[in-house]
Amino acid sequence: MLDAIKERFPGAVQSVAYHAGEVTALLDKDSFLSICRFLKDDPALRMDYLSNLCGVDFPDRDKRFEVVYHLFSVPKKHRINLKIRVADQEPAPSVTGIWRTANWHEREAFDLLGIPFEGHPDLRRILLTDEWQGHPLRKEYPTRGHDRDHLKLR
Amino acid sequence: MFRTEMMDINMGPQHPSTHGVLRLKLVLDGETVTDTDVMIGYLHRGVEKLCESKNYHMIEPYTDRLDYVAAMYENLGYVEAVEKLMGVTVPERAEYIRVITAELQRIASHLVWLGTHALDIGAMTVFFYCFREREILLDLFEAFCGARLTYNAYRIGGLPWDVPPGWTDRVRHFVKIFPERQKEYATLLTKNRIWIGRTKGVGILKAEDAIDFGVTGPCLRAAGVDYDLRKVHPYSVYPRFNFDVPLGENSDTYDRYLVRMEEMRQSLRIVEQALEQLPAGDIMGKVPKRIKPPVGEVYHVVEGPRGELGFYIVSQGEDKPYRMRFRSPSFVNLQALPHMIQGSLVADVVAVIGTLDIVLGDVDR
Repeated sequence: MLDAIKERFPGAVQSVAYHAGEVTALLDKDSFLSICRFLKDDPALRMDYLSNLCGVDFPDRDKRFEVVYHLFSVPKKHRINLKIRVADQEPAPSVTGIWRTANWHEREAFDLLGIPFEGHPDLRRILLTDEWQGHPLRKEYPTRGHDRDHLKLR
Repeated sequence: MFRTEMMDINMGPQHPSTHGVLRLKLVLDGETVTDTDVMIGYLHRGVEKLCESKNYHMIEPYTDRLDYVAAMYENLGYVEAVEKLMGVTVPERAEYIRVITAELQRIASHLVWLGTHALDIGAMTVFFYCFREREILLDLFEAFCGARLTYNAYRIGGLPWDVPPGWTDRVRHFVKIFPERQKEYATLLTKNRIWIGRTKGVGILKAEDAIDFGVTGPCLRAAGVDYDLRKVHPYSVYPRFNFDVPLGENSDTYDRYLVRMEEMRQSLRIVEQALEQLPAGDIMGKVPKRIKPPVGEVYHVVEGPRGELGFYIVSQGEDKPYRMRFRSPSFVNLQALPHMIQGSLVADVVAVIGTLDIVLGDVDR
């Protein structure tokens, strides 16, 4: 599958990691949507099922967020993990047009990490209230929250 | 002279049919649903954030509290993900006991689904029957690990304790009596005209839509898609057992009922075989007291009663995960609800929420 991506999109695969039997490819953000479309539509690959999508925060990096995609092909029974990197406030391309399941996943990544998704049809908070300040899964966000007054009695 | 007016109706957050804290904002044209906005987050506890501040052993009790109707699977998926990350080998006896308890958990979870789903639609007797049998299973779990709901039953590398004396005989007794009990539920429902009327052709979710929405578990299999992680992506000792994956044809609420009923029978088959093959020996592999997995990441999935339960762990070589992500089946399956009830009657909304078998603790995490 990696060879197919490399052949079709030269230079788009920035690195590949292998761990515990899993393959994870770090991809160029600009070609990402085209690669996803190719992976889903190509008759030999048929990655029709987006199993999971989430973000990971690395605050020390220039591009602090990794957006991770776990893909599976129901007819072909193969898996691959994809990643792209984005900076703070830099939008990641929304894959909702390719896999509808990405809608809530992207809303959650936006809500908890503050990653905007360009092209998302309805990007608003999903687990926290609309007026919530900050994004709790960012590393600088304290585990007990910013407002600790209610904990003083403990 | 006559004109229709759209009406917004809020269902929940504490509505009996929502099985937890869920709010649906329904837009109605008469009794027909024209649009739905699903509001979640009322139970959000930030478990993923909490996991980043706990060591790998301390995380397990948190997993119990996600899908509290099927806590064994949350335990199983989590410990297997860490074992995969570390490359730990689990003793065979522990694997078998895990499979037995997990499959009994699937039956217990499906019994909660069947009882409450039937109750939503108005069949109260089934509810009592299902909870009668679930009680036997909870007694078995209590004898095994001391808890009835949040089990914390497995450990990274194996099990904290072996099954108590006489426990396997009690499981065998359950395996013997359960098929007859299940026939009672089927007698009450399968050919019941009201049940058929309320479930056939209701909440249709076709295969391609189900895959597109990421829906898994019985909801996907009722659409005829042969996707069961125990077969597709085998883990533990599942390849050693013979069992069938029941599939539906019509993708409706009635098919999802039939699929789950058959799944209970198949789970019983697995338990029976696992009891026959149960080997003697150790129950705990070699795992350091302070777990520090190597740098890397894994995404491990198991087939829970509600579908694909995924655990994504990023390790930076420390004793705490750098990032922990729970891919919960209820969260993903619930997203398909507006699609499934578009154009249906309000009464069908209740049936469709029931057939999705969501647990709100699993949705909100």
